[in-house]
Amino acid sequence: MTDASLSTWVHRRAEPSWLGRLFDSKPFLVVICLFPAVGLLMTFLTYPLALGIYLAFTDTTIGRAGVWVGFENFTYLLQDPIFWNAVFFSVFYTGIATIGKFGLGLWLALLLNNHLPFKSFLRAIILLPWIVPTVLTAIAFWWIYDPQFSIISHLLIKTGLRETNVDFINTAWPARWSLIAANIWRGIPFVAISLLAGLQTISPSLYEAAMLDGATAWQRFRYITFPMLLPILAIVMTFSIIFTFTDFQLVYAITRGGPVNSTHLLATLAFQRGIPGGQLGEGSAIAVSMIPFLVFATLFSYFALARRKWQQGETND
Amino acid sequence: MTDAAAAAENKPVTAPENETMAWDSRARRMVVLWLPLACFLIILLFPFYWMTVTAFKPDAELYDFNTHNPLWISSPTLDHIYHLLFNTSYPSWLWTTMLVAFGATFLSLFASAFAAYALQRLRFKGSQYVGLAIYLAYLVPPSILFIPLATMVVQLGLFDSPLALILVYPTFLVPFCTWLLIGYFKSIPFELEECALIDGATRLQILRRITLPLAVPGLISAGIFSFTLSWNEFIYALAFIQSSENKTVPVAILTELVTGDVYQWGALMAGSLLGSLPVAIFYSFFVDYYVSSLTGAVKE
Repeated sequence: MTDASLSTWVHRRAEPSWLGRLFDSKPFLVVICLFPAVGLLMTFLTYPLALGIYLAFTDTTIGRAGVWVGFENFTYLLQDPIFWNAVFFSVFYTGIATIGKFGLGLWLALLLNNHLPFKSFLRAIILLPWIVPTVLTAIAFWWIYDPQFSIISHLLIKTGLRETNVDFINTAWPARWSLIAANIWRGIPFVAISLLAGLQTISPSLYEAAMLDGATAWQRFRYITFPMLLPILAIVMTFSIIFTFTDFQLVYAITRGGPVNSTHLLATLAFQRGIPGGQLGEGSAIAVSMIPFLVFATLFSYFALARRKWQQGETND
Repeated sequence: MTDAAAAAENKPVTAPENETMAWDSRARRMVVLWLPLACFLIILLFPFYWMTVTAFKPDAELYDFNTHNPLWISSPTLDHIYHLLFNTSYPSWLWTTMLVAFGATFLSLFASAFAAYALQRLRFKGSQYVGLAIYLAYLVPPSILFIPLATMVVQLGLFDSPLALILVYPTFLVPFCTWLLIGYFKSIPFELEECALIDGATRLQILRRITLPLAVPGLISAGIFSFTLSWNEFIYALAFIQSSENKTVPVAILTELVTGDVYQWGALMAGSLLGSLPVAIFYSFFVDYYVSSLTGAVKE
């Protein structure tokens, strides 16, 4: 570009080839840089999402392309007590597990925010339940919940708290609570470590000022810690709710929806009807019925994010 | 409960020299801090302990809690591990899982590094909407995609092939990695790139010589996170893979080792232990990157 003015100079800068110029043009670069990610996501995320919604309105089975049947799958599901049970348990499981995870996770985060010896080591082993494959820890829980050889039953009998083995997963309600306990166990580390990161960004001077003003410990938690933690809490909670509601692995590994379909979540029911059952249309309809809930959770996240921006000022993006 | 915890939390930060105040005695610190922390640790780690203990117990000891102390191993044995390594296709499951995890991680890193660079550095009109769309993609869970993806995989002729998993895993890895890397690119001073531009570097040279080398910690974080997520993925691997030798470790242990009505708990626990170990060891090398990526992505 400056070649014209420098034409008298001996050392002429090499003219970039057309390829070089192409790679230096911004629109082309933007397209080429975004292509792999957007291409992958469009092909394997957006298209399947649309295909899934379409399949929900057909009677496709494995090996046979279906025809459009309108709302038939949904009207059938609305009369299916197993489906309603799955809806109930999905909501119940998400609600109780979220409360448990966040209550205990926040408590653990507050504990870890103290001056502790071996702090990073502690943090590392606390994350362990979260990084190990869920199915494998679920199998461990399955063994802990074994009707005959449960270690918990054994310890309770040994200490004289109970006479008989605890029934963990062989009847409906105990099985539900056992699954929720396993889910809480797995979720605590993620919540605790994320909230700990949030806690560490709160300036100690706020606490000093509050102490000088005579605030009690509860007041300091209620009026400083909690509001400062709220933005990160909202995001972590959205993620947690979405992934608990659509959970599959824990239930599939421990009870497979049993006993008598009482612990099916929507995801496990969709899998059971869709893949081994072969009813792809009906399975998709069950999966699609999760979408309204996810949209709600996403909007919640979006407004929480917007609020955070408003709190910090527009420029601090 | 939270009251006490909050007190324990605030105390040392704000006034460590307040030892004279009666309510922060050593005993109180014991009760509000160490006791709950110990309970958390025991509960969080117990399943791993129980897994390990079971994996090394002989069968006779495994099903007899009364003559042997169930929490300890009287005569450790390697039978279950041996059975797993030599009588099942465990090595081939491990190989498939490695292949899939590395393939998917590489593909996702490649795609998301470029996407993050475009979104953060080549600021173009509408870049924030593309960024928002990628963020929203992270909120689409695999549970609602696996049925349509299964039909796609069959149509593409990839059913029962690890390649299907390598192509599908980026759907949940790319959004995460892109957001993480956008955060990293943000922290690299723009002036460095301006200097390079003035020195006549092309944009690609800037990306290769300046931005990417500076973003290596971010790439490592994103890479190990993707690797663990791919290792742990379950529902796609369960739905798309049928033949025994192509299964990934988590799926194979659940579907191949549970035979009939009699669960071989020793072998199952040995399988779980060996399936968790690679990821746990990998994790222990990169804990700091791991924690920073976890918290970084949440904060973004």
